[in-house]
Amino acid sequence: MKRASQPTETPQVGRSIPRLESWLKVTGRAEYVHNLRLPGMLYGKIFRSSVSHGRIKSIDTAAARALAGVHSVVTAEEVRAIVPDPYYGPAFHDQPVLAVDKVRYVGEPVAVVLASDPHVAEEAVHLISAEYEELPAVYDEVEAMTSKAIVHDVLKPAGTFPDLKHLQGKKNTNLALDFRLRRGSPEAALRSAHRVFEHRFRTQQVMHTPLEPLVSVAESTEDSLTIHTASQSPSFVRIEIARLLGWAENRVRVRVPFLGGGFGAKLYIKLEALVSVLSLLSKRPVKISLTMEEQFFTITKHASTFRIKSGVDATGRIVARECEVWWNGGAYADIGPRVTQKSGFTAPGPYDIEHVAIDSYALYTNLPPAGALRGFGIPQLVWAYESHTDLIARELGMDPVKFRRQNLLREGRPQATGTVLRDAETGKVLDRLATLLEWDKPFEKGTGPLRRGRGIAVGFKACVSNTSSLASVSINADGSCTVYCSTVDMGQGSDTAMAQIAAEVLRVPAESVRVVHSDTDVTPFDMATLGSRSLFLMGNAVRLAAEDAVQKINQLRKELGLAPDVPVPDIFKKKFGMRAGNVMGTASFNPPYTPPDANGLTENATPFWMVGGTGVEIEVDTETGRVRITRLINVADVGTPINPKIVETQLSGASIMQLGFTLFEKMQFDAAGQLRNASLAEYKIPGFLDLPDEIVNEAVSAEQKTGPFGAKGVGESATFGLSPAVANAIQDAVGVRLTELPMNPEAVFVKMQDQ
Amino acid sequence: MRSEVRFRLNGQPVSAQVAPHESLVEVLQEAFGLYGTRESCGQGLCGCCTVLVDGVAVSGCLQLATLVHDKEVLTVENGAALDPVQQAFIEAGAFQCGFCTPGFILMTRQLLDEHPDPNDDQIRHYLSGNLCRCAAYPEIIEAVKLAGRKRRKS
Repeated sequence: MKRASQPTETPQVGRSIPRLESWLKVTGRAEYVHNLRLPGMLYGKIFRSSVSHGRIKSIDTAAARALAGVHSVVTAEEVRAIVPDPYYGPAFHDQPVLAVDKVRYVGEPVAVVLASDPHVAEEAVHLISAEYEELPAVYDEVEAMTSKAIVHDVLKPAGTFPDLKHLQGKKNTNLALDFRLRRGSPEAALRSAHRVFEHRFRTQQVMHTPLEPLVSVAESTEDSLTIHTASQSPSFVRIEIARLLGWAENRVRVRVPFLGGGFGAKLYIKLEALVSVLSLLSKRPVKISLTMEEQFFTITKHASTFRIKSGVDATGRIVARECEVWWNGGAYADIGPRVTQKSGFTAPGPYDIEHVAIDSYALYTNLPPAGALRGFGIPQLVWAYESHTDLIARELGMDPVKFRRQNLLREGRPQATGTVLRDAETGKVLDRLATLLEWDKPFEKGTGPLRRGRGIAVGFKACVSNTSSLASVSINADGSCTVYCSTVDMGQGSDTAMAQIAAEVLRVPAESVRVVHSDTDVTPFDMATLGSRSLFLMGNAVRLAAEDAVQKINQLRKELGLAPDVPVPDIFKKKFGMRAGNVMGTASFNPPYTPPDANGLTENATPFWMVGGTGVEIEVDTETGRVRITRLINVADVGTPINPKIVETQLSGASIMQLGFTLFEKMQFDAAGQLRNASLAEYKIPGFLDLPDEIVNEAVSAEQKTGPFGAKGVGESATFGLSPAVANAIQDAVGVRLTELPMNPEAVFVKMQDQ
Repeated sequence: MRSEVRFRLNGQPVSAQVAPHESLVEVLQEAFGLYGTRESCGQGLCGCCTVLVDGVAVSGCLQLATLVHDKEVLTVENGAALDPVQQAFIEAGAFQCGFCTPGFILMTRQLLDEHPDPNDDQIRHYLSGNLCRCAAYPEIIEAVKLAGRKRRKS
């Protein structure tokens, strides 16, 4: 048995220790909600809409109810007995627990069958039928701006975000946010520019595809509810479920063990409201486990269109940039309006541009809802601005790296919002990419059917704010240490990182620290595990809580008249007359934030900046259009890594995930809004055979001075640059420019034929 | 409709009452409380449900449980101590969320049985039926090689 560890002077941050939960994961014993069975538990299976927009005329559940073994069938009517106004969402209260009166996309949940045997519930779902009066639908984000098809009759902002308040009660619109930024005089500057360039880029709808599909379990009593859920945002789940039920928050408990991947899919409310209502109705524990297919009908990544226009002076300096971005949010806003604004304000890219105009639009359409996916909108933007930047350099006859270097936004200079770039190594990232790619050396492009090319791209990201993280650190009577925080470990290694941070403060081995998993009855509030915010926000909270604990221990020593070198167990022994008690350090971290003014400007848009760049060497098969990445280089500013090995895996993993979104992943819809490839048989994600021959990952030497021990987030940095780097490399190799993702063999081949 | 299925599970003789439609994953979870074998894609395409039946890796989500009658079934839970493959996965940091890891470990054992000293290409092809959305693939290649070295040494 492990005893509490002896104090250590060895630094605990900067160690590449294996993840704390390693043994659990390689033996198949890690806890996922997926494993949970409760006595008397019912399984729910969902009946989904078969039309993309329509009024529900009738739902026939008689045959399903009559099937032997079915406990009950639930529709919106029954839901409303528990929750009279059953609409949820972080930005808008627009998403019903089950469809009320209307359906807004193919696959929307309409009814649920409960049964002790999931196979019985599934069979009964097939016995349900519904009749709809079909309504005109809209699928394209740009068309949605002016379409007569209106997804929501009236807009209902949640009230959380001030910039959505003006949309309250609006009718006849699909616009869920119109973010606007004006800096300088962009129109005049574009008129008088030496050269002007304008392009339009698009990205496709894709899905997170966590291998642990979404799963939630709820158990209820008369006056309390416990929700076990694969969620990245337990604190939000508690608040939102309490609001829906009209309960005090302390009657709702949300527990989250490990997640089998998240990537933004498991945020806010997904199945939690539904299982809660079902448990309250049936007075039994209820579990819903989605299939892989159903995940495609639950949450996705925004498709987008980006029109970008730049004015350049005679020396090759970008003087003005105009950005117009349309985000396809699908039928429910989810966190789309925040993506629209928080990413939207970085749309001009990491360039020092005096005159900027940004219009970023969140649109409702009749497609599955879109939310955050590993980058919170940034990969869509970098795709466009780094393709555009490359095109300008080529048109000007300038080297793309030199052109970027000349225009790069550097330390101490204001970004489009007016917020000054601090601790963001844009220059180092670009320079290291060029060095690792040996950019200045001649590059053999080939003459046969295989042509070679190389490309580079750099992106940056602000951290979503205003947000808070709270943490507690307990020093137990034997000197061992327990961290309580609501950050969810979904594979990014947060348990290990938080343990290393606490251990560094407490001077104990990180392996000896225990991190308690999210349980809203136990672990304090955290905004959510998203957008690479946790290492910075929660890392700071854990550091401060550990410092608070140390201070309390020192205070206790002083009170008891003990010398500074008296070991912790002896302090408790003297205080309580035996080895008993504990000391709890607590802290909250809420970095300052200033909301943007009417022109989208603020001097305090983000607590830190992330910088990520990618360089690629590729091979294009001119006979098939197939693109193969032979060399992939990711360089990022992640501050000072807490665990270098995990940082490298995060960079590498993020880029390989983005490789799928770049080269082949795409949700394919027919003209009626029906998804045609909702399974891994037809929707392929990267596997071993898609790997580049060589992958190099590098964190440049950097320090986030306001971060815990110099660190900041890393999970998204390597998603930024890959797509445009590949497009730039394709042009380098075969002279054609792709402006839409994915760049699959068909798209590349057709483009080469058109040339 | 249920019938008794008798087989060896991780070295022990066991039996379960199994309905004809039940998959091996369901029976491992419901009858034996073993959750290391997981259903993800439900189509035998991701490898999360990999189990060894008579030494051959199969997709547990497609394998009807009644078909393992009289057979030897090994899951990731087999064995009291970590084997060289599991040790190597830890040392190489060859996982993130860990959901796909049991499938990779079982597949790697079979790979190393057939190719004790595999090269990159053999590893990529052999493991191409297992997916990892966190994409710890480069680390998995390292882990397989490391496991090979550990096994050859012992």
